[in-house]
Amino acid sequence: MQLDIRLPMGLLFTLEGLIILLYGLISKPSIYVKSDNFNINLWWGLTITVFGLFLLLMAWNKMRYEKMK
Amino acid sequence: MPHTSLVHLSHVDYVILIVYFAFVLGIGWALKRFMKTSTDFFLSGRAIPAWITGLAFISANLGAQEVIGMGASGAKYGIMTSHFYWVGAIPAMVFIGIFMMPFYYGSKARSVPEYLKLRFDEKTRGFNAISFAVMTVFSSGISMYALAKMLQLLLQWNYNFSIFISAIIVLIYIFLGGLTSAIYNEVIQFFLIVLGFVPLVFIGLHKIGGWDGLQAQLRVVAMNNHLAAGAFSHSWKYMGSASQNPMGVDWFGMVMGLGFVLSFGYWCTDFLVVQRAMAANSMSAARRTPLIAAFPKMVFPFLVILPGMIAIALTSKIGSGFSLPPQGNSYDYNMVVPMMLVKFFPSGMLGLGLTALMASFMSGMAGNVTAFNTVWTYDIYQSYIFPGQSDKHYLWMGRAATVGGIALSIGAAYLAHSFNNIMDMLQLVFAFVNAPLFATFLLGMFWKRTTGHGAFIGLISGTLAAAVHHGLTRPIGENALIKGGWLGVVVHRYPSDMAQNFYTAIFAWTVCFVVTIVISLLTTQRKTDEELTGLVYSLTPKVKDEPGVPWYERPVVLGVIVLVAVVILNIIFW
Repeated sequence: MQLDIRLPMGLLFTLEGLIILLYGLISKPSIYVKSDNFNINLWWGLTITVFGLFLLLMAWNKMRYEKMK
Repeated sequence: MPHTSLVHLSHVDYVILIVYFAFVLGIGWALKRFMKTSTDFFLSGRAIPAWITGLAFISANLGAQEVIGMGASGAKYGIMTSHFYWVGAIPAMVFIGIFMMPFYYGSKARSVPEYLKLRFDEKTRGFNAISFAVMTVFSSGISMYALAKMLQLLLQWNYNFSIFISAIIVLIYIFLGGLTSAIYNEVIQFFLIVLGFVPLVFIGLHKIGGWDGLQAQLRVVAMNNHLAAGAFSHSWKYMGSASQNPMGVDWFGMVMGLGFVLSFGYWCTDFLVVQRAMAANSMSAARRTPLIAAFPKMVFPFLVILPGMIAIALTSKIGSGFSLPPQGNSYDYNMVVPMMLVKFFPSGMLGLGLTALMASFMSGMAGNVTAFNTVWTYDIYQSYIFPGQSDKHYLWMGRAATVGGIALSIGAAYLAHSFNNIMDMLQLVFAFVNAPLFATFLLGMFWKRTTGHGAFIGLISGTLAAAVHHGLTRPIGENALIKGGWLGVVVHRYPSDMAQNFYTAIFAWTVCFVVTIVISLLTTQRKTDEELTGLVYSLTPKVKDEPGVPWYERPVVLGVIVLVAVVILNIIFW
């Protein structure tokens, strides 16, 4: 049995997503002139977090399934 | 060299970068306990599920040269760059999955050179192993060099520091976790690139006025280049003659040179990618590896080529506020992707975008290093230097070769730093070695009469043919010896260096193909039919899908879906 890659990958993306999301919440609006006044950190940070959580859910599901066996 | 960096990273960007590096090293550490035998280290114990090997299969190829290079080509040639995907990579990936993988995986060869040894003889393997080992070291060195140069330009990082930090990180995670570590990091890098580039394309398209705005501005770009208005936004329409399109290539050179010889040669015989499929946990998973890879590969042009098209469109649009740095009387196209990152992304996403770029440079290095340590240990060390040792000894050697491979790559990176031409020359020589290889595999796998002498002499002749063709031709307007014509006489001038490359490949392949057949017919087959079972098509029982396999896991079904989709894509962007 190998290490399920979804576990570290899920953790990584959840963490990175949250960092970017939080930065999107606290940063000044003026930094978003570059991205056409679109708070890319907030929305894309959220997307990355959701993706990370999805991977974690899949890894957790797999672990539960293997325990049942 | 500018004295101020193009952009300043804030704390959040550094945090994002450091979190990533910590995970990379952590994964290596977590995998350490699974590395018990040399098979674990070099082939991941042949235990990786297909979706992971599939993503690693494209990701190993998605090094920085690919990401940066495709962005550059998108700016230089427009949508025609998609031929590298929709004519080049995809058909080759379907072919290896359906037709060639049964022999690679089924033969239980541990590397591509080892397959050549089983199928042909020792000298053919030796030639392939040694040229491949040298090539991987230089490719990994070039990745390191390009990374350090980019960081120097963007962030004013010290060149030595960048080399040191990337080398040490790659060294640690491969040393600990072997191929599995490399594959896991490739999968993460795949998602990083996707997550980093989707918003880049989104913002870029918004700035240029959407898809329609891009099309309109590309017409201006094409006319500035003295081409028909649609030359940057149609992939096939202007391929009738080389002078009508920005690449300077005609359709025959494109389809045969790139689509057939170069792409099949790379995707079907390069151990760097084939090794990922060999790590799969079953024959069907190995066959599905390149097919699963083909799906994301198909949409990658929208992530890596489109930014280049947006960049050149914005550059030519007055008042867009974005411009590629000039170089000579043209632009520094290699700056497309880095420039867009720093100009479009605010702190936060900027950190993620840079992390994705650095990850792709490092996985380019790691892919080469893992291929190098395997070929070195199995095909050179175990075969010629120190055979008959315990498995533990070869596992040790694999780790030592990792250290050695990285040390040599660092040397190559410094060599590239001081003599840029040496690298260009080496890449040229590798191209000569690689161009004929697919003919050897094609004949070896599908014609049982192909002999060892035939394969070896064919390969050498093909390589020489490539060199001679290059030595006798030159692209129009080029006079440097590195561009060809070094044999003193220029017999033909091609409209562009890309056209020259494609025809060099066609020439090399044809010579190798013909010579291999002729020599094979003149020499006797030393291998018996029994020895060739599992290695040659006609002597191997056909692989059947296991009963009860759902349709979406059948290689042939997947292959057909991929091919139909790719035809549709070509028609849409005709």
